[in-house]
Amino acid sequence: MPAPIRLKDLIRNIRSARTAAEERAVVQKEMALIRNMFRDEDSTYRCRNVAKVLYIHMLGYQAHFGQLECLKLIASPRFTDKRIGYLGATLLLDERHDVHLLITNSMKNDMGHNTQYIAGLSLSCLGSICSPEMSRDLAGEVEKMLKVSNTYLKKKAALCATRIIRKVPELLEMFIPAVRSLLNDKNHGVQLTAVVLVTEMCLKSPDTLIHFRKFVPNLVRILKNLIMSGYSPEHDVSGVSDPFLQVKIVKLLRILGSGDADCSEAMNDILAQVATNTETSKNVGNAILYETVLTIMDINSESGLRVLAVNILGRFLLNTDKNIRYVALNTLLKTVKADINAVQRHRSTIVDCLKDPDVSIQKRAVELCFALTNPSNVRTMIKELIFFLDKCDPEFKSFVSSNILLACEKYAPNKRWHIDTMMRVLSAARNDVPDESVSMLIQMISESSSLHPYIAQQFYKALKEDINQQPLAQVAAWCIGEYGDLLVAGVVDEEEPIQVRTYYAKSIEEARLQSYKHLDAQEEVSESEVINLLESVLMTTSATQTTKEYVILAVMKLSARFTGSQEKIKLAVMPYTQSLDMELQQRSVEFQALIRDHDNMRPGLLEKMPPIEKKVDEDEAPRNNGELLDDDHPAAQKADHISSIQQRESNGLFDLIGDTSSAPSIPSMGLQQPHPAPASGGGAILDLLSDLDFSTPSQLNTMPAMQPQTSAMNLLDGLNALPPTVMQQTQPAVPDFMGGSLINNVAPAFPPITAVEKAGLKIEFAFERDSLPGNVDIQMRASNSTGVPFENFLFEAAVPKAIQLKLMTPSGNSIPPNNSGLLTQIMKISNPQGLALKMRYRLTYSVNGAPVNDVGIVNNFPVNMFSTSVNQGL
Amino acid sequence: MMQFMLLFSRQGKLRLQKWYVAHQDKAKKKITRELISTVLARKPKMCNFLEWRDLKIVYKRYASLYFCCAIEESDNELLTLEIIHRYVELLDKYFGSVCELDIIFNFEKAYFMLDELMIGGEIQETSKKHVLKAIQAQDLLQEDEHFSGSKKFFLDSSS
Repeated sequence: MPAPIRLKDLIRNIRSARTAAEERAVVQKEMALIRNMFRDEDSTYRCRNVAKVLYIHMLGYQAHFGQLECLKLIASPRFTDKRIGYLGATLLLDERHDVHLLITNSMKNDMGHNTQYIAGLSLSCLGSICSPEMSRDLAGEVEKMLKVSNTYLKKKAALCATRIIRKVPELLEMFIPAVRSLLNDKNHGVQLTAVVLVTEMCLKSPDTLIHFRKFVPNLVRILKNLIMSGYSPEHDVSGVSDPFLQVKIVKLLRILGSGDADCSEAMNDILAQVATNTETSKNVGNAILYETVLTIMDINSESGLRVLAVNILGRFLLNTDKNIRYVALNTLLKTVKADINAVQRHRSTIVDCLKDPDVSIQKRAVELCFALTNPSNVRTMIKELIFFLDKCDPEFKSFVSSNILLACEKYAPNKRWHIDTMMRVLSAARNDVPDESVSMLIQMISESSSLHPYIAQQFYKALKEDINQQPLAQVAAWCIGEYGDLLVAGVVDEEEPIQVRTYYAKSIEEARLQSYKHLDAQEEVSESEVINLLESVLMTTSATQTTKEYVILAVMKLSARFTGSQEKIKLAVMPYTQSLDMELQQRSVEFQALIRDHDNMRPGLLEKMPPIEKKVDEDEAPRNNGELLDDDHPAAQKADHISSIQQRESNGLFDLIGDTSSAPSIPSMGLQQPHPAPASGGGAILDLLSDLDFSTPSQLNTMPAMQPQTSAMNLLDGLNALPPTVMQQTQPAVPDFMGGSLINNVAPAFPPITAVEKAGLKIEFAFERDSLPGNVDIQMRASNSTGVPFENFLFEAAVPKAIQLKLMTPSGNSIPPNNSGLLTQIMKISNPQGLALKMRYRLTYSVNGAPVNDVGIVNNFPVNMFSTSVNQGL
Repeated sequence: MMQFMLLFSRQGKLRLQKWYVAHQDKAKKKITRELISTVLARKPKMCNFLEWRDLKIVYKRYASLYFCCAIEESDNELLTLEIIHRYVELLDKYFGSVCELDIIFNFEKAYFMLDELMIGGEIQETSKKHVLKAIQAQDLLQEDEHFSGSKKFFLDSSS
C-alpha cells in the first residue's frame, strides 16, 4: 500500500479547491482512502490519518469514524501517537457518547506514566471531556496526582479535580486535605489552580466555604507578595505581577468574605492596597481593579473602601477604552441595589453612555438608567430615554418603551406630564410599543377626567400628523370616540405649558406651536373633519385589524357625541357591514340595526364610559371588614374598598329600614364614590318604607361601578345577612360596549312612563321584556332641563320583597344641563309571581355643590307588566 | 470558567475550536455559525464584549484572525482578553511572528499550545516560559521517536 499523502499536502489540496464542490470531492476522496486504511488496521500511518480526519472535521464534515482510531492511538506506546490520539479524543469524543468511557483505562495507565508529558496529556484530556462516570472512575487517580512533587502534573491535576467537582459535587471531600499544601506551593501555576479548585469547592458546598475561611490569611499573604515583590519577568504582564493569579485570589476572597465580618475585616487592607497601587494605564490593571471593586462591593467592607470602589468605577466610566466603560456599567448595575446613592453620582456620565454607538454599551446604560430613575429625576431621565428611543435599534424599542411607561407609572409628577410623555413614547416607538401599553394608557386617560378636552385635542392632532402608527392610532381613536364632543367644543385650558417639550426636533416643535395657534384661532375642529380623519385611518393599508376595530367603535360612539353628523357616520360605517373581518362586520351590522330599530337606546348605549378604575386609594375609606380579604392583592383591595363603602352605606340603609325582625337583603347602588346616606335623608326613607306598608321589608339594591361579585358576597357576609343576591358584573371593555343582549331583545311592550318630574329633573322608565317570563328590564333615563349640571347623581330603589331588583351600573354620575344628555341605568326586575310593582326611590345629587335629596314612590307602572300570559313576542 | 474558544478568519472560516462543555455536533455548528456572523458584523470601534444567551462573549481580532471566547456570568471579561493575548503571544513565540497560515497548517500545534495554557476552561500556567518549555520538550520527544523509528509516520515538517 502506498504511503498516504501528508497532512500538509492534504491541507494544500483542500485550500486550492476553487469551489465548494471541488473541495467536497477532494475531501471525500481522501476520507475514502483513510477509511480503507483504518479498516486494514494500518498502525504506521494511523496517526497521520487521524490528524487529517481532525482537519476535515474542523471544516464541518462528519468524522465519527475517527473516534475508535483515537482510542487505538492513545493505547499506542509512542508519544506521537498518544499526542494526536488525545487531541482527537478531546475533539471527537464527548460525554454524550459512551465511546468516551473506552479510554478511561488508558487514561488511568497514562496518568501513572513515567514520562510526565504522557501523564500530562492524559490529565489534559480528562480536564476537557470528563463526564460524571469518568469522574467517579478517575477521582482517586487525580487525588494521588495532587500529592506528587511534580508541579507540572500537580497544577493539571488541580484543574481536573475542579472539573470533577463540577460534574460530581459529592466527590468534593476527598480533595480537601490536599488543598493546603497546594496553596503553599511556590509555583504560580499550582497556586493559581489551587485557588480555582477552592473556589469551585466553596461554590458547591457552604460547609466547605466556612472551612476555607481560615485560609483567608494565606490568600492575603500570596496577594501581598504579588503586589509587593519587585519585577519578576516570568509572571509580569505590562508591569503587573501575575494578573491571572491576582484576579483569581480576589475573586475567591469575595466568596469567602461575603457575609462574614471577620473575614471581610481581614481582607480590607489588602483590597485597599490593590485598589490604590494597581497600574491603570493598561487593560490588565483594570481587569484586577474590576475584580477588586466587585469584591469590595460584595463583602462587608469599610465605607471608605466602598467609596474608593465607586470612584474607581467613576474613573472607568470616563475611560477612553470602550471595554472598560462597558465593564463599569455592568458593575454599577450590580451595585445599584446595594448603594443607589453612590451610583446616582455618576448619573450624567451614564446617561452619556446612551449615546454610545455600541449596542453592548447602550444596553447596559439603558438598564442602568431605568434603575436610577426616581421621583426626583424622572423628568430629566425620561427625557433622555425618549431621545434614546428616537434613535435606538428597532430591537430595543419595545424594551425601552415599555420600561419608560412603567417608570412613568411609578414616578410621574402629574397626570398632564404623564400623558404627554406617553403620547411622546407612542410616537417615538412607532409600532414597537407592546400591546399592553395601549390599554394602560387608555385606562389612565379615562381616569384623568379634568384633562379629557386636552387629551382629545392632543391625540387628534397627533393622529392627524401620522395615521400610520398603530398604537397611537388606537389610543387616539379611543379618545376621539369617547371625548369627541369635547374636541369639537374646542375648549382647552392651557393652564400649564406643554410639559414635555423636548419631544420634537425644533422645527417640528415650532410647526406644532404654529398649529396650536392655528387651532386656537380657529377655535374648533369641525365634526366632519374628525370623522374624515377616522375614515382615512380605516382606509390606510397599514391599519391593523385591532386599529380598525378601535376606529369603527370610535366612529359609532361619535354618533352620540356629535349632533349634526348622523348621516355621515351612518355612511362611514356602512361599508364595513360587508367587511371580511368578523368583528368589524358584526359591529357595523349591530350599529346599523341600532340606528334603524332602537334609536331611542342609542344615546344610552353609546354613553361615555365611567372612568376605568385601576386602583383605589386605601385612605379614602376606613377599613371595617379588612379581614375578609387578602390585602396583598390589588383587586382584592379594590373589592375591599368598595365593600367597605358599601357596608357603610348599607348600614345606613339598614338603620333606615328599622328593626324589622327578618333582616332585609340590602344591596345598594352607587356611582364612583357613593355617598353615605345622610342622617336626615335616612329618616325620610324610614318613613317612606313604613308608609308603603309592605308586608315584609323591601330590598334595596346598590351596585357600585364594576363591582366584583366577591365584594357583594363580602358585603352580605359582613351584614350577616340573607342568601346573596346574584349580581352581575359589568365590564367596560372598549370593543365590547354593545356586547350585551340588548340588540336581540324584543321591542318594548309598554310605552315609557315618567316616574319623576321635579325641579328640572325628569326621570323616565322605559321597559323591555327579558326572555324569561316575569323578568323586565327597566331603563331609567334621567335628564336635566335646568342650566346647571347635576353632579354626583345617585339613584336608589326599593321594591317589595317578593320581587327582586338588580340595579346595573349607571352610565355616569352627572346629568348635563339643558337636556343635552341623559344618564341611564338599567334595573332588572324579576317578578315571577306577577305581583303589582311598586317602587320606592331615593335620589341624591348636587346642584352647584348644594346637596339635593328626594324620596318618593313610583306606582304608575303599566298593569299586566308581569303577566305571564302576555306573548313574549319571540 | 471558559466554555469554549473559537478561532476564525475574517472570511468566517473556522480555524480552531475548543469546547470545554459538551454539545452535540449540530449545536456546536450552529453556535459557531451564529457567533461568527455576529462578531464579524461588529464594527472595529465597538467594545470586545457581547451578551449571548446566558454567556458573555469576549472576542479580539489579531490581524486576519478572530479569537472568540465564551465565558460565564461570574468571569472577568477584561482578564479573558488577557488570556487571549497570552495565547497569541505564545503562538507568536513558538512560530516566530505567527500568521493565519501557520495555524492552518499546524492546527494540531495550536491545540497543543492551548492545552498547555488551559485545562477545562481554566488557565493552568501563567508563565510563558513554562508553557513553551513544555511544548518544546514534547516536540523533542516526538522528534526522537521520529529519528529513532524506521518509518516517518507523522512529522511532516522535517521531511
